Amino acid sequence: MHNIDLNINPTLARKILTGFIRTEITRHGFQRAVLGVSGGIDSTLCLYLAAEALGPENVLALRLPYKTSSKESLEHAQIAIDATGVPSKTIDITPMVEPLFEQFPDMDPLRRGNVMARQRMIIWYDQSEVFDALPLGTGNKTEILLGYSTIYGDSAYALNPNGDLYKTQIRQLAAAMGVPQVIIDKPPSADLWAGQTDEGELGFTYEEVDKLLYLLVDRRYTAEECVAAGFKRPFVEGVIERVRRNHFKRIMPPIAKVSNRTVGYDFLYLRDWGT
Amino acid sequence: MKINIALAQIDTKLGVVEANLEKHLVYAKQAKGADLVIFPELSLTGYVLQDLVPSVRARPSADDPVFKQLLRASKDIDMLVGFVEEDQRHRFFNSAAYLSKGEVLHVHRKVYLPTYGMFDEGRFFAWGDSVRAFDTPYGRVGVAICEDFWHASPPYLLWLDGADLLYFISVSPGRGLNGDDALESARWVEHVGQAYASLFTSFVANVNRVGFEDGLNFWGGATAYDPNGELIAKGPYHEEALTIAELDLDELHRTRARLPLLRDERTALVQRELGRILDERGRAL
Repeated sequence: MHNIDLNINPTLARKILTGFIRTEITRHGFQRAVLGVSGGIDSTLCLYLAAEALGPENVLALRLPYKTSSKESLEHAQIAIDATGVPSKTIDITPMVEPLFEQFPDMDPLRRGNVMARQRMIIWYDQSEVFDALPLGTGNKTEILLGYSTIYGDSAYALNPNGDLYKTQIRQLAAAMGVPQVIIDKPPSADLWAGQTDEGELGFTYEEVDKLLYLLVDRRYTAEECVAAGFKRPFVEGVIERVRRNHFKRIMPPIAKVSNRTVGYDFLYLRDWGT
Repeated sequence: MKINIALAQIDTKLGVVEANLEKHLVYAKQAKGADLVIFPELSLTGYVLQDLVPSVRARPSADDPVFKQLLRASKDIDMLVGFVEEDQRHRFFNSAAYLSKGEVLHVHRKVYLPTYGMFDEGRFFAWGDSVRAFDTPYGRVGVAICEDFWHASPPYLLWLDGADLLYFISVSPGRGLNGDDALESARWVEHVGQAYASLFTSFVANVNRVGFEDGLNFWGGATAYDPNGELIAKGPYHEEALTIAELDLDELHRTRARLPLLRDERTALVQRELGRILDERGRAL
């Protein structure tokens, strides 16, 4: 396989991403951010970036466990909270989601996981009101491209500093920013059910798929060219299909156009309009 | 003769002309003592304007409320500013105006509007249709706006039209983060600026803005090169800054004595061959 270098300059990345957080929050009249901190690497990195960008006192970290969430996740989140010195709240979502689960005893783990992800989103947005803050998203580029997220759950946020970095680049930047090694080294997991791991569920490692996505997306390789570069054909085709099938999670839902000027088609402004 | 040019790599507010104008006046004051202050592309309006274009336009004349103030400031220091120009027939251009001693010496309308990938300028702007050098109190100047200098022809034409000072202004979205110290987009722009200075034995200055618009970052990194292609001055990446570059115009004499590329340029050959190529291939080129 060709040598595919996903290495990034962490100093430059840090400067751009902290600048992004600071600018895109303050220009809309806010000073603060709120985010869910799971104890995983993505949200930990985002917490470190936000604390550096805004000052730790201006970042609220939320630990939102469910009764089956791993103790380790909670502990790792606390390590990150202590290391950055941000204020935090721990809110158990069990009594919020349990009544819904009880109504549908046959609910499978995927549905339950989606409900939990959306319940957490409700708390981020509610706490953002209390804390006068904007909610930060923490999903990375790999996850966004593969659609490995819950729509209107963890994919709902005001801004996301992580979303153009592949998982392997998140690891590199996290290490450079001093994220504890125990958080960097553990297997990534959505922790929506016991023993769940991303790589187990996806069927490939982030290291493999990041290189493939880099060729497909960043370098505009065709499927054939990826195969020629050394990737197995079923893997290439499976990933391409996955990216296509999940595109709905990445765009605003379509509005039926009937007027002469329609949001999303010919009413075109950036969010930063007027700021 | 030596001149000092001030490269003002500012951030702008998207669609808020008054605030941006205010910043121009502050920077012009700060640059006092320099002969010219150069602002980035669309410095009075911000970049991803989309449907804001018609509401942020200005006319480069003394009866325009924005230019009235800029022209007044230009009595103390020459200014090159980027703005949305509306012409008499209500076409909108991505333009740059050179102001000196209360007069508009030149307006350049961007000739190449990038409309691909992340760029959508052709959807909102009319393209300019001329490339002209012009005289200033500090030498003959050619202005190109961002994509204009990604095509070799505008700098080439400006060179042949007598410009010894090429002023490039841009809003370059930062991209291509890899293991290097600078973004790929920064290195690309630096390469071409340096190349034009070397190939045309001319001074080249580039001013690119900083800040963010939604998720786009702009990397700044203003540069000035002498006629040998040597870097004279460089602004920081990703921060507002006013960088002063001293241009020793006598370097033109020394460089061109050593390297008479301008003297040897075969313009008649270019015209003949270009005519032949266009005749043979038509517009399918």
